[in-house]
Amino acid sequence: MGYTITEKILLKHTGLKSIRPGEFIDAKIDLCLGNDITAPFAIEEFEKLGVKKVFDRKKVVLVPDHFAPAKDMKSANQCKVLADFARKYNIKNYFEVGRMGIEHALLPEMGLVLPGDLVIGADSHTCTYGALGAFSTGIGSTDLAAAMAAGECWLKVPESMKFVFFGKLNKWVGGKDLILHLIGDIGVDGARYMAMEFCGETIENLPMDDRLTMCNMAIEAGAKNGIIAPDKVTLRYVKGIKNKPRPGIGKYYSSDKDASFAAVKEYDAKKIFPLVACPSLPSNVKPVKALKDVPLDQVVIGSCTNGRISDLEIAARVLRGKKVSAGVRLIVIPATQKIYLEAVKMGLARIFVEAGGVFSTPTCGPCLGGHMGILAEGERAIATTNRNFVGRMGHPNSEVYLSNPAVAAASAVKGRIAHPDEVL
Amino acid sequence: MTYKGSAHKFGDNVNTDDIIAAKYLNTTNRCELASRCMEHIDKDFAKKVKPGDIIVSGRNFGCGSSREHAPIAIKAAGVSCVIAESFARIFARNSINIGLPIAESKEAAQRIRKGDLVRVDTKTGIIRNLTREESYRFEKYPPFMQRIIRAGGLIESLRRRVKRGKEGSRRGDKGKEG
Repeated sequence: MGYTITEKILLKHTGLKSIRPGEFIDAKIDLCLGNDITAPFAIEEFEKLGVKKVFDRKKVVLVPDHFAPAKDMKSANQCKVLADFARKYNIKNYFEVGRMGIEHALLPEMGLVLPGDLVIGADSHTCTYGALGAFSTGIGSTDLAAAMAAGECWLKVPESMKFVFFGKLNKWVGGKDLILHLIGDIGVDGARYMAMEFCGETIENLPMDDRLTMCNMAIEAGAKNGIIAPDKVTLRYVKGIKNKPRPGIGKYYSSDKDASFAAVKEYDAKKIFPLVACPSLPSNVKPVKALKDVPLDQVVIGSCTNGRISDLEIAARVLRGKKVSAGVRLIVIPATQKIYLEAVKMGLARIFVEAGGVFSTPTCGPCLGGHMGILAEGERAIATTNRNFVGRMGHPNSEVYLSNPAVAAASAVKGRIAHPDEVL
Repeated sequence: MTYKGSAHKFGDNVNTDDIIAAKYLNTTNRCELASRCMEHIDKDFAKKVKPGDIIVSGRNFGCGSSREHAPIAIKAAGVSCVIAESFARIFARNSINIGLPIAESKEAAQRIRKGDLVRVDTKTGIIRNLTREESYRFEKYPPFMQRIIRAGGLIESLRRRVKRGKEGSRRGDKGKEG
């Protein structure tokens, strides 16, 4: 029996000759990650271990991004814990405000993750890097503490599920709609503990930003990781990274023809149209056109899911020369400093501001109800983020709808959930 | 180990924002986290819960973020054990790593009612409903996890390993989450 790409990467990171799903392994890690919410606990635990240094100062990444720039004094203290730790242990990859970004946009952009890597992060959306053909998964603070000390993590080898997409994408449809469609089909625990492998001609033709969006939301189906076998698109992306901290282009694995999958699902992309996940689960998916009168108070375009340059370009294409509806707040948040600067150079920032929106410094901010756009009681938002749980963006009696950037931009213009075709 | 207390019932897909909202994550103070536990779905939970009480929930308990604050808040609130029909992956591993016992049992999740007095025995894998005089089975932790729990959590287990040099490979263990 052959191996899936996930099994191959895991096997490569153990000293074992073979592995099988269900088995527990101690895996060597290529990178571990923490942020201003999860790292403070990890650092407390790390200090209890009594070790004198981290396992590799180049393989620990700390990014204050959730409540940064610090939203209040307590958050400032949490961010300072990261900065102090980075100084004390000479951590190379600590990213201060002004040089940072939302972690899952930042790490691929910097070339810190390469195909074939094994990455763990104390953030559930660490699964994003599967888009590069890496195994990456979210873990907790204690796991991060152990990994920073030992360079290893305990993992159970997951079973794999294969999701095959075929056919051309419809207009205004992106990676976000593909993954929302899938989660709508299998549910928020439809891939619990599983590796989700995305493939098929639609995926082969999908740009890297859209692939990152898809793998990012694998966790919303309960998965351990999402992964796409690296190909020409991956190679072009990796080669395009300037000043990579590591040499080479990574290792390119793919699933064997006789690899074993717990399930195989097929989707016809031609049948997928722009979608919205309604409150309060990412699986509560409906076509935009089925939602006619959903008035909005706020629109958020950004996050680790859809805050990349192509997301901002699509939103700007819809918003160019238009005005944000009276009574609606449009908040656009580029995911990293690099994306911010590109958006300025390309004139996208100007389009957002002239439309009546704000253009923010990179932060996770409103996605998790942190800062930079909290909802009041009874308010409703559409966001390009990843979760629409009760009270996710603020008051327990506020609502979040999830969509792609084009739908979010069109909705900002109309003041209600709208299809981009209604605006352009 | 056995854990005994009154049951607090919750539904399916209780997510980490329900357990502890992100706005409270700007601290590592366990008491503060405990005081906000379950606030979004049961405003008075932190006031009602008594030491030893048990949470009983439906499918996919703890889905969403990787915040370890979630099991920490539950544990610090005094909850001795969480029973659910199923657990989300990261919540389950965080619970194991910090030493919060969890038990997966569809039958228990469906049969136990709010306020029932429940006893969980992790050694035998039996949940006893003392109010209704019923018993339910749950799958015991695989040996690999029992080692972590016996040591009192992942950090303590790692400390012991560092002390005595690394153990051999862990082949052969099969079991629940990870």
